[in-house]
This record gives sequence, C-alpha cells and structure tokens, in this order.
Amino acid sequence: MKIDASPVAMPADPSRDLVVARPEGLYCPPGDFYIDPWRPVERALLTHAHSDHARTGSGHYLAAAPGASILRSRLGEIDLQTLPYGETIHHNGVAISFHPAGHVLGSAQIRLERGGRVWVASGDYKVEPEPTCAPFEPVRCDTFITESTFGLPIYRWRSNDELLAEINAWWRDNAAAGRASVLFCYALGKAQRLLHGLDPATGPIICHGAVETLNRVYRESGIALPPTRKVSEVEDRSVLRQALVLAPPSASGTTWLRRFPDHSDAFASGWMQLRGTRRRRGVDRGFVVSDHADWPGLLWAINATGAERVIVTHGQTHPLVRWLCEEAGLDAQSFETEYGDEEHDGETGEPSAVNDAVADLAGESEPVQTSNPATPGPAEPPPEER
Amino acid sequence: MKAFAELYAEIDARTGTNVKLAAIVRYLHAAEPADAAWAVYFLAGGKPRQLVPTRLLREQARLAAGLPEWLFDESYQAVGDLAETIALLLPPPTAPDTEHGLAFWVEEYLLPLRGLPPEELTPRLLDIWARLDTHGRLVCGKLLTGSFRVGVSRLTVTRALAAVAGVEAKRVAERMVGYTAIDARPTAADYHALIAPDSQDAFNPRASGQPYPFFLAHPLALPEESDPGEQLGTTDSWLAEWKWDGIRAQLVKRDSKMWLWSRGEELITERFPELAAMGEALPDGTVIDGEIVIWRDDRVQPFALLQQRIGRKNLTAKLLQELPAALLAYDLLEWRYADLRQQPQRERRTQLESLVRAIAQPTLHLSPLVMGESWAELAALRSESRERGVEGLMLKERESRYGVGRTRSDGIWWKWKIEPYSVDAVLIYAQRGHGRRASLYTDFTFAVWDKSPDAPDRRLVPFAKAYSGLSDAEFRQLDTIIRKTTVEKFGPVRSVTPTQLFELGFEGIAPSTRHKSGVAVRFPRMLRWRRDKPISEADTLETLRALLPPELRIR
Ligand SMILES: [Zn+2]
Ligand SMILES: [Zn+2]
Repeated sequence: MKIDASPVAMPADPSRDLVVARPEGLYCPPGDFYIDPWRPVERALLTHAHSDHARTGSGHYLAAAPGASILRSRLGEIDLQTLPYGETIHHNGVAISFHPAGHVLGSAQIRLERGGRVWVASGDYKVEPEPTCAPFEPVRCDTFITESTFGLPIYRWRSNDELLAEINAWWRDNAAAGRASVLFCYALGKAQRLLHGLDPATGPIICHGAVETLNRVYRESGIALPPTRKVSEVEDRSVLRQALVLAPPSASGTTWLRRFPDHSDAFASGWMQLRGTRRRRGVDRGFVVSDHADWPGLLWAINATGAERVIVTHGQTHPLVRWLCEEAGLDAQSFETEYGDEEHDGETGEPSAVNDAVADLAGESEPVQTSNPATPGPAEPPPEER
Repeated sequence: MKAFAELYAEIDARTGTNVKLAAIVRYLHAAEPADAAWAVYFLAGGKPRQLVPTRLLREQARLAAGLPEWLFDESYQAVGDLAETIALLLPPPTAPDTEHGLAFWVEEYLLPLRGLPPEELTPRLLDIWARLDTHGRLVCGKLLTGSFRVGVSRLTVTRALAAVAGVEAKRVAERMVGYTAIDARPTAADYHALIAPDSQDAFNPRASGQPYPFFLAHPLALPEESDPGEQLGTTDSWLAEWKWDGIRAQLVKRDSKMWLWSRGEELITERFPELAAMGEALPDGTVIDGEIVIWRDDRVQPFALLQQRIGRKNLTAKLLQELPAALLAYDLLEWRYADLRQQPQRERRTQLESLVRAIAQPTLHLSPLVMGESWAELAALRSESRERGVEGLMLKERESRYGVGRTRSDGIWWKWKIEPYSVDAVLIYAQRGHGRRASLYTDFTFAVWDKSPDAPDRRLVPFAKAYSGLSDAEFRQLDTIIRKTTVEKFGPVRSVTPTQLFELGFEGIAPSTRHKSGVAVRFPRMLRWRRDKPISEADTLETLRALLPPELRIR
C-alpha cells in the first residue's frame, strides 16, 4: 500500500478511491468536488462543453483555459475559473490539472493526485490529432476513467485526411451538377473540424446560425477557419448551387432548409459506420467522421496511461470492460453515468430507437413474403447470458 | 469486383428509385459484358446456392480478426448483419485487387468454393479477404452465404437494361425470363442477348424453353361488411377460381421438349417427374399457366406437404407415391406456337378447357371455375376456403389480357384471400431489433397455455415469433412495459413476466417436431393488442392443434 503523504486527514471513504459515482455525478471525496456533474453541485470540474458533460446550475466551475469562451457561450454567466493545460492547482489536498483530450477545442482529461495516487478522468477523447484542438496526450496514472462511445471493434476510423478528401470530392461533384451540398454535423467541434478541412475554392460555405456562433469562438481562439456566411447574408442566391451548407442535425426537415431547393445531403458522424444507421438517417451520404476514439484508439489510449485499473463511463461499457478484464488483464469496471444521452450534442447521432423500429417496419427490411417461404419458427431464448 | 461492390454500396445507401436506376445504367455502360452479365443476374435476384457454411465463415473471420467469440457476437448484435460484421472486423487487405472484374471473381474465386473441405476453404477465404476492401468483403460475404439481396426491384433492373439497350422494357422483361435461375452461369453472350437491338433478336421462339413473364394478381382489400360489387361491378364480368396454396408454374412444351418453370423463374422440371411425363401428350408450342400442388384422394393437400416434397433431394418411388404432384391449370398462354396473351381471359379459358379434356392426363387438372350468381354467393363459398384447403378466391376479369408482372393496363386479377387464423397469445420474450445499439424491443415471442384453465399447473408454451402489426405508439408503450417487467436477459433477448395478451394472426399452420409446441405457423403477426383481457384468457395448445388441417393432424 502506498503511503498517503497528504497533510489533510484521511477521507472517510474507506476505499480511498479518488473518484466515486454519486447520483449527482462523478465525485472526488477528498477534494469534495464533482467532475462533469449532471445535477447542480457546489463545485464542478468540467472536461468539455458538450451539453451532457457541461450543465448549468452549479456554484463554481473549474475548466481548462482553452475551453473558457466556449463554456461561457454555452452556459452563460457562470462562476468559471480556468487553468492552462498542464498547470496544477491544489484543492483540499488534491492536485488537479487539465490535459488535452483531442475531442473538441478546450476539451481536457482531468488528472487528480493525492498521496502518490493518480487518477485521470478522460471525458470524451479522440486520439488522432487534427488541427482544431490540442492533440490527446496520454497521462500516466493508476486509475483511468475512460469513455467508450465506440467501444466495439467494428468501429475503426480512416484518417482525417482521407475523410476530408471524400467530403471535398462529394462537394465538388454536387457543385459541378449545380446543387448545394448540405452536410449535417454537430455544431460544436465536428463542424469546425470539417470546416477547417474544406476546400473553399469549390464554392461558398454557408453555416447555420448554431454553427456560426461557435465558429466565432473558434476563430477568436486562434483557429483558422475558411470564410463562412449565414444564408441571410447571401445576396446572389444563384451561388447557393455551388455552396456547402453546414447545419446541425436538428435543422433537418425544417423550413430553414427550403432555401436550398436542389441539394444533396449528408451526415457526418461515427455512427455512419453501420449501413443500418446510415439508411435510417435517410441522407444521400454518410461520412464516418467521429470526435471520439475508435476501438483501436481506446485500447491504445488505455494502454498508454499505464493504468492498472480502468473505469468505463459511457457508451459501449460492457464489451470494453470485459475485454480489459479478460484480454488485457486489467482491473476494469464501469460507472453508471448520464453522459451520452439523447441530448448530447457531441455525437449521439443515432436517431431515436423508436424511429428506427418504425423505419424497419415500414418495409425497409428485407421482404419476408416470397411466394411460399419456409415456415418461420418460434424463437427459443439463447441458452446463456453473454 | 470493385466497381460492382461500389454499385452495391451506392444502391444500398440510396432511397430513390431513379437514383438507383441511374447508378445501374452507369455501371452497365462502363462494365465488361461478362461482368455486366453477372451483375444483372445478382441485381435481378439471382443467387448462387450457399458456397461456404455460415459457421465456418464466421469462425474463420473471427480468427482472422483476432477476437474472442463473445466480442464477435457483441459486434454482430450491434451490426445486425453477418457479412457486414465480417467486413468491418477483418484486418485491412494486404493485396488489394483492383484488376479483376465481377465475372472473374465469381467464376474463379467464389463458385469453386462450393463443396470444398474446411481445410481447403480456410486458406482460400483468407486469400479472398486479403484482396478485398470493406465494400468488396460485404458483397462477397453475402454471395458466400447465399444471402445476397439488394434494394432494387427486378423492374428497375429491367428498366436499366432497356435504357442501355434502347429497347422497350417489356421486351427486356421477356428476355429476362429464366435469367436468374439458381444454377445459371450468365455469360457475356447472355448479356448481349438481353441488350440486343429489337430487330436482330436472335431468340428463336420455336426452339426456346422460355416461359412468359408471369401475370401477377393484386390483393383485394375490401372494407369489412362492404359489398364487393361496389368496387367490382356485377359478377358476370369475372371468372372466379379458388386461390390455390401451391407453387405457381408454367409448363412449356416446344420442339418435342418440356420445361417446368416456377414463378421465381427457376427451372423445376426435374423435381416433378410426374408432370414432366405429360410432355409426351402435349402438342408442341403449348404453354400452360397453373399451380403445382400435392393432389391425393381427389383433393388438394396442405402446402406443408408440398414443402416436404420440395425439401427432399432424392425423389424415391415411395415419396412420389405418398406425395404425388399435379398441375392445376388455369391459363393457356400459347397454343400451337401462337401467343394467346392478347386474347381475352374467357377465350383462353375455353381453349384451355378443351385442351385439358382432350389430353386427359392424370396429373393435369383444370382449376375449376367457382360459380356464384351474386357476390353474396361467392362470399359464402369463399368462407368455405379453409375446409377446401385453399386460400380464398381468385377473380379474373373475363376480358382481361395476360399482362406482365403487376401491370393493370391489360385487365386485372384479384386475389380475395380469407381472413387469417387467429389466436390470443401471451408475450413471453422480447428481442431487440437488429442493427442498433439504442435498444427498442420489437421482436416478440408468443405463447399459449398447455392446458385448459381449470388445470392446476398449466404453463405457457412458446409457438410463434412476430414483429409487425402494432402502431408506433404501441411499440413504444410495449417497449416500456418490457423493460419494467424483465425477468432475465439473455444477450439481446429478455424474458418478461407474462402480462400482455395479443390477438395473433397467421396464414397457415402445420405440425412441427422442431418446436416445443408441436406446431409451426406461417406469417404470424400481431392483429390486436388485447389490453382488455387478462392473460388467463389466452388460448391453449389444444385450440391451436384444432386448427391443423385434418390431413396433417394424424401425422
Ligand atoms: Zn461524452
Ligand atoms: Zn463530447
């Protein structure tokens, strides 16, 4: 057992865990603060500004400095203290520091140290570097709290460059055919990442208001983005035929889209990896672009922390926990959290399950009735729990 | 292969028919004829038989991906499609093949796999995977398991070919007949024949075994209690027949040879030697449209028996005696090489009747006309369908010509089916729909009681699975109930405390040794959610067994 050298009294929690799950969120007992709480608390440390991780109503907030203006633009007037990446602050005997998570601008992993024990909470992260945020840095720790949004081996991403080339080609084809290209993606992070890689020589780039607000914040933070316009600022409507339009998924089916009468649409999300979700989205194209780690990325990141204990918070928690226990020989478990729910504007791109089912029932699935098919039999439940 | 895999991906991702049509036309224009020949075969619904056992394919893919079984299964659950799961899990290709076309791939790599022992299959599979990207692996996986399906109708493919050929779609449809037979090996020449200009049609109708495109019936949906006359006029403009539950087929006799084609345009002559035998008696240039059924004791036998017969590879004398087939003739499409399809239905019927009587074959019966002076009389006869072993009535316009597929311009055939069987059953298991992580329970297993209500220790026995028939709102409500009443989870399946009763409808019922309940039902679906009834009022196995056709009950 390691010696606790902290001058502060031992915490009451006998497990001596630096982070535990509480109904309000992830809680640090010795520090008496929360990480990304989903209910209002006295003190909250935030990993990033996506709405399922950053919520209003808490007393004091602490976050990484590069994310400050995004947090303010999303949460409004809050009592926010910030810290540059890598700098340490002490609170109730716990050393706190923020380290780049590579997810969106200002996203951070939170490192906690007390008595020689180090815990890191990842928030959301992706491991492939891209130009609109500081790249993910593995932080050595004893216990790593990780997300697992895409925690199945079916999720493997292609490189950022390949994806952008694909999107630019789609835009060029549409522009040549004289129709607008409407690209749906999440307004915070994904939109700016795509924007940065778009080829402005193809045509004008129009952004939905929700995207434009965040573009401004990114630009003010020194991220170079190509010129963008709101559709209301376009005087010569004929140029819309060559335009690329970035809009949040919520704009789909709204009157706002009627301004682009002839257009092809696409959706950029990690969920587009599966044909089923792609088809259910009902768009012309699905681009597999994610701001989360893919399966190899998760395994690489976990391994790079050197952690012996891993706690999985959200996404595909079960397969990742089992893999880590059985195949990597780690001590892994999961926390029940409220991250990644439907309101998560980060990347819960899956349409609601009900709509899925309805789409299937509406006849998208294979035709079952040929002239006289074999008798479908009743199902017996699978023999064992998986 | 690459071009075809990309075409598949494009069709798969799109919803609009015109976009799909354009993609096919583009592909056909660019493809080598030999590749186009196979592409048309697959797109139009042709399928080679399964080439590699699914279990072996799955196991080799799992090993190649280096995954434990449970993780492969979890992945499959999330994807919902085996070929797609495999395509996503395999490591990247080491020797991508951009050079060989679809024909080379099918003929050199895929078809030779059939029947190989596992030790030879394994290295070949690894070699195939090493050469293909994700799209290619998806398409190959589907071809290997015999599950290739693509979201275009045969009509769309026909229209694409017509556009490429510059001939009428109807002409192409005729040339397409038989193209997708299960053992077909389409060649460049076959493809050229499909897209040949009209004038130089090499097709010699007198020597060919080609059937005509089948004319298909439309379901007649009448509001309850309504008078069919309102929609159909008087009964005397219609010919009524029974709707047989068999295999729709065309018998073609030309040039001293005889062919039997199923509606799926599969050549099935060899499976029905007793029908092939009547080829002798038929004059050349005869095409009869009808229904193959098992015929015994002067009546039609349940479809389940025909299914048993089709399922057997060896047609022993004993089997032919136990399950004798007959053709119930209902139309004459060609007589002495003259195409009769433009003649009115009544004319064709008269000629058919004299032909069938004249040749008097034991395996060729007329599908009798059902006589009814009024719609009420016909409706009453229709209500006897079940006892007669038929599915309802067919109504054919007396003046109708024999159209192509589901066309309506030549006159119409209606199928006026009887209401489905129904029982009240209890929901006991629920399974997540496929292909999504956010789970909604949409596939249900239903049970009936094994004993009557007064029995002290009765149990629920599962007998059917159904996943359609509820409204969106009902599915949502049911999902909530399932989550609240879950007893146990088995992977994607949950067992629930039995609380919900449904009226379940199905089209047919047969005994089954594979199922605990001892019966298997066809096309089960939810007719109504009976929230008004307690589960104690669900039906029993006895009620279910009583629905078995008498011929099947003793077996
Ligand atoms: Zn998250
Ligand atoms: Zn996020």
